[in-house]
Amino acid sequence: MGSESRADHPRPSRPRVERAGGAPNNSAPRNRTAPESESRDQPHTSSGIALETVYTPESIAAIDARRDIGAPGQFPFTRGVQPTMYRSRLWTMRQYSGLASAEESNARYKFLLEQGQTGISVALDLPTQLGMDSDDPNAIDEVGRVGVAIDTLADMERLFSGIPLERVSASFTVNSTAAILLAMYFAVAEQQGVPTEKLTGTIQNDILKEYAARGTWIFPPVPAMRLIVDTIEYCITHAPRFNPISVAGAHFRDAGATAVQELAFTLADGISYVQACIARGLKVDDFAGQISFYFYTHNDLFEEVAKYRAGRRLWARLMKERFGAKDPRSQMFRFGVVCGGSTLTAQQPFNNIVRVSYQALASVLGGVQSMFTAAWDEAYAIPTEQSAELALRTQQILAYETGVANVVDPLGGSYYIEALTDKVEAEARAIIDRVERLGGMSACIQNGTIQREIAGEAYSHQRRIDSGELTVVGVNRFARAQPEHGIELYEMDTASALRQAERLAKIRRERDQQQVHQSLASLRDAARGSVNMMGPISDAVKAYATIGEVCGVLRDEFGTFQEPLGL
Amino acid sequence: MRADRKAIRVLVAKPGLDGHDRGAKIVAYALRDAGMEVIYTGLRQSPEQIVAAAVQEDVDAIGLSILSGAHLSLAEKVIKGLAQAGVGGEIAVLIGGTIPDKDVPVLQALGIAQVFPTGTALGAIAPAIEAAVAARRPRLG
Repeated sequence: MGSESRADHPRPSRPRVERAGGAPNNSAPRNRTAPESESRDQPHTSSGIALETVYTPESIAAIDARRDIGAPGQFPFTRGVQPTMYRSRLWTMRQYSGLASAEESNARYKFLLEQGQTGISVALDLPTQLGMDSDDPNAIDEVGRVGVAIDTLADMERLFSGIPLERVSASFTVNSTAAILLAMYFAVAEQQGVPTEKLTGTIQNDILKEYAARGTWIFPPVPAMRLIVDTIEYCITHAPRFNPISVAGAHFRDAGATAVQELAFTLADGISYVQACIARGLKVDDFAGQISFYFYTHNDLFEEVAKYRAGRRLWARLMKERFGAKDPRSQMFRFGVVCGGSTLTAQQPFNNIVRVSYQALASVLGGVQSMFTAAWDEAYAIPTEQSAELALRTQQILAYETGVANVVDPLGGSYYIEALTDKVEAEARAIIDRVERLGGMSACIQNGTIQREIAGEAYSHQRRIDSGELTVVGVNRFARAQPEHGIELYEMDTASALRQAERLAKIRRERDQQQVHQSLASLRDAARGSVNMMGPISDAVKAYATIGEVCGVLRDEFGTFQEPLGL
Repeated sequence: MRADRKAIRVLVAKPGLDGHDRGAKIVAYALRDAGMEVIYTGLRQSPEQIVAAAVQEDVDAIGLSILSGAHLSLAEKVIKGLAQAGVGGEIAVLIGGTIPDKDVPVLQALGIAQVFPTGTALGAIAPAIEAAVAARRPRLG
């Protein structure tokens, strides 16, 4: 970043964007026939995989049932990571949620738990995700906008006040500042008398996709990867039931990637993290079981099911064959999903309830471990209590009324699903191979290759919507001339940022300054050396050092990432 | 638009801390395909940086993309910054993103030439920029 901007003069045509997989049959032109026939007889999946009219035993002749499909709970886990799946335990219902202040968010969490939610998913505001305090002049416009503001341990204490952390799992969508938030969370658990060994939950902690698709990067890749390995190493010992990383494809997808690209880029990132841990000297079976994944489920129902089945098989094979993982848990592709995102429309927004319901169904048929179903009004704002409740009910109806949870991998053995699973696996593997030939994900992200491919897909997708080639109900078909009116949206209390700044000022006045100073100095020493930084970070947050102060030390020592800007 | 220039120059900018640039990049591609010269700032630009880039690149229009809900304060800072830089009348500012209906007239009152809320058709943006630039072409006389 910096004040300079870079001119990107028009070129005769935009850069060629490689189709997922780069396989010849995968770059087949989209069907250009009339939308009328297309919508009823779509011959490709959303990723561009050509479809037969009907699938037969011949379609899966090359698949070996024992080798490729197997039994649920056994390698290669195509049918699920557990032998009994939802019969033993339903997926975790975890709605991404965070309002401006810790008190408001705490009240929303308690409301959702009372309504039957089974885990908490913390949405943080952007300053917190970027290591800026709420009184930072560059952060002030964004305090509490898209999630809760956490400046110090005191905010985290209020966030989980009265919530029993030994029973409720929590997940945090935070990446650059993950180590700091994790240290705060562990400190709150200790205050509650809950040993970190008992904690369950997940911290996203996946920086590679931030550079490519989500944008909350701070540090350059090398120190950022060091911080991630530090948290993984720390959790192996101190929080063995907690997932210290959730390798996320969701943001590639929402930025424009196809389902196949999403899976491939995510697993390629996963490989990078496994390599980084091994380079640290960790043994694969000591850490790999704590790696989890996170995806978007979009509208193409069977392709999404195939994506998750293929993901399980591909990850299991990679871990076993390439990294020599022996513990079945190290081979398990455990994943959460979010339903909604860029598939939600501002037009006829109640249609989003239906979209999210189908996406949730696809996720469950795909064997998901935890799910967030977005509310219908999230195309406009963060959800109201009412829309958030409805989004949770969507999952509960699926779980308790439809019977889909009764049988493991109910689509397994379908000629179509097995053939599509195979195809998605092959195409994802081809992309992973290509990324590795180009130097791996970190290199491809730093030179902007991944970003250009994703943006190219997003543009092509939008043009196909605008031309009517792709149908979006209520947008380019069955649209109404009148815009939506009278929707009640969540409104942020604009005084909230001021109150947060006041709370922060009070903590700065009342804390033990000497302790803050010493802990930050120790952190600086650790950052300059090669020891694990989780210890010094924990000491600093327990001294009520602010996120901006802790991050400030790391910024000084590590510098910041320079974003590749070519369009 | 400058009299000696063939194509409209547009700065596509991401003010604030929001990292979602799918919309910004799609719009940048579309404007380029519509024959405009497009400069993309990258993420997390302060209003001051955006104003400086607009002046330095001598653009005809700025397209702001904001999805975090901070559009009112950020748009106001950009508009004020342009005025302070003495180019308030020359550069059209347009904005797109997650913007509720009720904020549209507020943004227009600030001096934003056009607002593109979620759900805007891509094809509507280039003509709106052309119109906004044409409406303020003092140098063409």
